[in-house]
Amino acid sequence: MLRRTKTNWIAMAFLIVGSLCILFPIYMAIMVSVKNPEELAQSVLGFPAQIHWGNFQQAMAVTHYFHTFLNSLFITCFAVILTVLTHSMVAYAIARNMHKRFYRYLYNYFFAAMFVPFPILMLPLVRQMSHLGLADRVGLIILYIVYGISQNVFLYVGYLKSIPMELEEAALVDGANRWRIFWRVVFPLMAPMNATVAILTGLWAWNDFLLPLVMLSNPNQYTLPLVQYAFQSQYSTNYSLAFASYLLALLPMVILYIFFQKWIVNNVTKGAIK
Amino acid sequence: MKSLRNSFAFILMTVPMAVLFFYFHTWPALHGIFLSFTNWNGFGPYHFIGLQNYIDLLHDKQVRHAYVFTFEFAIVTTILVNIVSLSVALALNSKIKLSRTFRAVFFLPYVLSTLIVSFIFNFLFSNLIPSIAQALHLPFLAQNILGTQWAWVGIVIVSVWQGASFNTLLYLAGLQTIPEDVYEASNIDGASAWVTFWQITFPLILPFFTINMVLAAKSYLQVFDQVVGMTNGGPGTATQSNTFVIYTNGFGGGELAYQSANAVVFLVILVCVALIQVRLTRGREVQF
Repeated sequence: MLRRTKTNWIAMAFLIVGSLCILFPIYMAIMVSVKNPEELAQSVLGFPAQIHWGNFQQAMAVTHYFHTFLNSLFITCFAVILTVLTHSMVAYAIARNMHKRFYRYLYNYFFAAMFVPFPILMLPLVRQMSHLGLADRVGLIILYIVYGISQNVFLYVGYLKSIPMELEEAALVDGANRWRIFWRVVFPLMAPMNATVAILTGLWAWNDFLLPLVMLSNPNQYTLPLVQYAFQSQYSTNYSLAFASYLLALLPMVILYIFFQKWIVNNVTKGAIK
Repeated sequence: MKSLRNSFAFILMTVPMAVLFFYFHTWPALHGIFLSFTNWNGFGPYHFIGLQNYIDLLHDKQVRHAYVFTFEFAIVTTILVNIVSLSVALALNSKIKLSRTFRAVFFLPYVLSTLIVSFIFNFLFSNLIPSIAQALHLPFLAQNILGTQWAWVGIVIVSVWQGASFNTLLYLAGLQTIPEDVYEASNIDGASAWVTFWQITFPLILPFFTINMVLAAKSYLQVFDQVVGMTNGGPGTATQSNTFVIYTNGFGGGELAYQSANAVVFLVILVCVALIQVRLTRGREVQF
């Protein structure tokens, strides 16, 4: 905590122990996934004599990995893109009209919804969505866009306060209309917050379990986390197969995280300070 | 003319989303509140039964137990997550080597699916720990704790393992807003690290503490994924959280209206908890 010029070794020791706590379950998961049942019975944590990639092949076949992966990708991509495009626009209109009662109420309405727990709408929602024929991937995308708005409008409006209005006013004088100003001037200026919102929405939609669980009725449309749940019985006691499947489900996000780690952490932090 | 076109553009930007939000969020919530005064089980006709569902809730052992479990779990987890994440953030903010690597490791759990992480920890508690404990002759840990009265501890551990990452990030962001000279002044005064933390650091990051407590409490009171992945509510009904009960009994148990009443009570409690938390910390925040 105190910024001495020397390295703080107590903090270092604490962080090393903490890192081991984080990495240990992941190490264990990898070790379980590359063994056959006999080797697993002998030792969970040791390296196997031979790596059994077959577990991964089998897991891919059991869970229809590529199909499931594409379901998750489809839902997440559309949720992220449409969320960023629409929420930034809603927040822009609210932020520039806070002096008007309608927009102030709208802001408070979205904000208050943050405190409404999902269980209270869950039961009627499922009936409403199946009634509309939207108990599917498309319906799920709509719900991610709608339910993210409380948090995202809050983040965007906070960020918009730091963007000066002179630029927009200059563009207005030049005869540009609001839509043009928004897409050409304001939206690009909000790039850092767009990134934050995209990351938060992407992680949420990709890893979510409860919403796909109640919404998706057709197993053909299951997402990666939901398939792990639905196929519990198929893994039965074949832990290696189950763990290969878990790791395959976690892998896409981990790969993205490894490549864009600094960018992801910085942008989420930016959202946090706002 | 121009200002009229302007206001019309703003209306077009907001109204469609507001309508969608009302239709997909507020409307089902209102529908749930409405259903809570009926005896509908999901099919066929129904009639109003006034507050009967709410009265029945008071005598429902399963629901009462779910509330007790949910609150115990949420309180313990919220406190632990905040202690762990604040400690990690303080360590990450101090003069250390490899700070970028450490930061990457501590934030990793945030990008992982809670359900799958819970499945992994399930194996850790049900297979790995008992086999190690047997080899070391530790009878207490030799059985799967997820099958005992200590199952909730397992759920707390997996929640802290994963949940601490996001809160660490928020605390770290808070710590980085504190100017260096504040510490230097304290250093010159000869204050110990402990005193510096409680007298200077903590009051300055109190807004972050408030938001962390509110966010953590809100998400842990609604715990679901961890319960499904670790115990599925067991042993018996010992670790059924309230969200788990509403999901299981509301969809599968034909208690749609009844569990809607439970959800209404849950809503009121969550709002009260958030208000109390904000009230408790308001006015103690320090500006510099």
